[in-house]
Amino acid sequence: MPSAIEAYINDLRETRVWRSVFRSGTGATNLRRALAVQQNIFLHLFSVKMRRAALNFSMTWYLGTLSLATFLILVGTGIPLMLYYHPSVPQAYADMKDLQFVVSAGVFLRNLHRWSAHAMVLLVFAHMFKVFYRGAYRKPREFNWVIGVVLLIVTLFLSYTGYLLPWDQLAYWAITVGSNIMSAVPVLGQKMRFLMLGGNSVNANALLRFYVLHCVILPLAAILFIGIHFWRIRKDGGLYTGEGKPHE
Amino acid sequence: MSEPKKFEAVLDSDSRKAPVRVAFVTRRTSPHVKAKDDALVMTWPETLFRVAVAIEVLAIALVLLALFWDAPLEGLADPMQTPNPAKAPWYFLGLQELLHYFPPVIAGVLIPTMVIVALIVIPYFNINVEAQGIWLRDKQRRMRIVGVVVGVLVALFLAMRVWVILIPTVIVAAFLFLAAASLPDSPGRFRRWLVSKPLSFWIMTWFLIQASVLTVVGTFFRGPGWAWVWPWRA
Repeated sequence: MPSAIEAYINDLRETRVWRSVFRSGTGATNLRRALAVQQNIFLHLFSVKMRRAALNFSMTWYLGTLSLATFLILVGTGIPLMLYYHPSVPQAYADMKDLQFVVSAGVFLRNLHRWSAHAMVLLVFAHMFKVFYRGAYRKPREFNWVIGVVLLIVTLFLSYTGYLLPWDQLAYWAITVGSNIMSAVPVLGQKMRFLMLGGNSVNANALLRFYVLHCVILPLAAILFIGIHFWRIRKDGGLYTGEGKPHE
Repeated sequence: MSEPKKFEAVLDSDSRKAPVRVAFVTRRTSPHVKAKDDALVMTWPETLFRVAVAIEVLAIALVLLALFWDAPLEGLADPMQTPNPAKAPWYFLGLQELLHYFPPVIAGVLIPTMVIVALIVIPYFNINVEAQGIWLRDKQRRMRIVGVVVGVLVALFLAMRVWVILIPTVIVAAFLFLAAASLPDSPGRFRRWLVSKPLSFWIMTWFLIQASVLTVVGTFFRGPGWAWVWPWRA
């Protein structure tokens, strides 16, 4: 009896408790639909109406949305992974082995985190090139492009710091190679490298620093800049649909 | 023009004691006001439904990947045992490939810094905002400048025998000059498209192709001692 279930759900949504949580109310009017967006903290950065043209797949390829999706998956898999991980030498590596052989679905959790991380780097790059080729950096969106460049750098650092955490040969030498590049910076190179690694080579201090960067500092930075990025989309007049292109 | 003021500014922050009405009439309008009356849809459900589907499709794809393909895990980290070659994460392998050709200050510091600065300043240059086809104005002068720049780059890469940079540069330059030999009313659609492309398009496309080639070469075509290997023969 779908109609009975529907009636029951509608009654439920009219109750005092439900209405205290969701104030928009029921019914398929555009007013209710507008309120459903505007009254919801997670959705309120959306305008209640959007240009139909902005929804065309060819406009965005949904690359920004998908970049956010990978970030959400990474938070969702990263927090459970933290429960099984000690940022110390050599326990970190033993924890990888535990994920592989002891923890239920541990291999799946780590796989999903790792492939999503690679996907995020790829998608963020793709998003940047798509925005560039569409010319969506034009006024008034100039500064949101700059925020996007910051998010690209944050993404690369998130991925790079996570790369060390398994503490296997692959991780250790990849970070050694990467951090050696940094020491080529004139004058400050050695000091910057020392600050990043907590020593002159990749060691237990570096593991702890990368862990804190990867699990606390960089995710917070990412959330902050993602928030600004989305807020600016709204303030800059919504998704770009090709306005202000003098020669096309 | 020296009429006495008919109002007085009240310095009181209690809005009930000192009610104030301020109306700003500015010449600049917000982008939203300027928007044309395009066709609109309700964000809920039109946009949010599409967003949910996009996120679910990606999540399913990644879950399938994670089910059937295991993340690599090598032996315990050992500072005494350097693998040959030791490779950075894939998105830095383009840089590592550059380090093979240029000194660390250039490949590891100068080039990445220049790339980031170049990305940041893109929207602040009118040439990128107007985005007019590079050959549509002032063709003779631009031809000379582009010719010299491309010539110097090609000569440099040729002298250094850096084939993985030289070849993409030559290919992009070939299309750039094909665009110069085309007109906005050329019969071919592709050539009309080429001729409409601005300077920023050509630089970014060169960067995209170059970065992709360097990354692929660094990932798949480099073996012990960073010597060239064919991945299908390894």
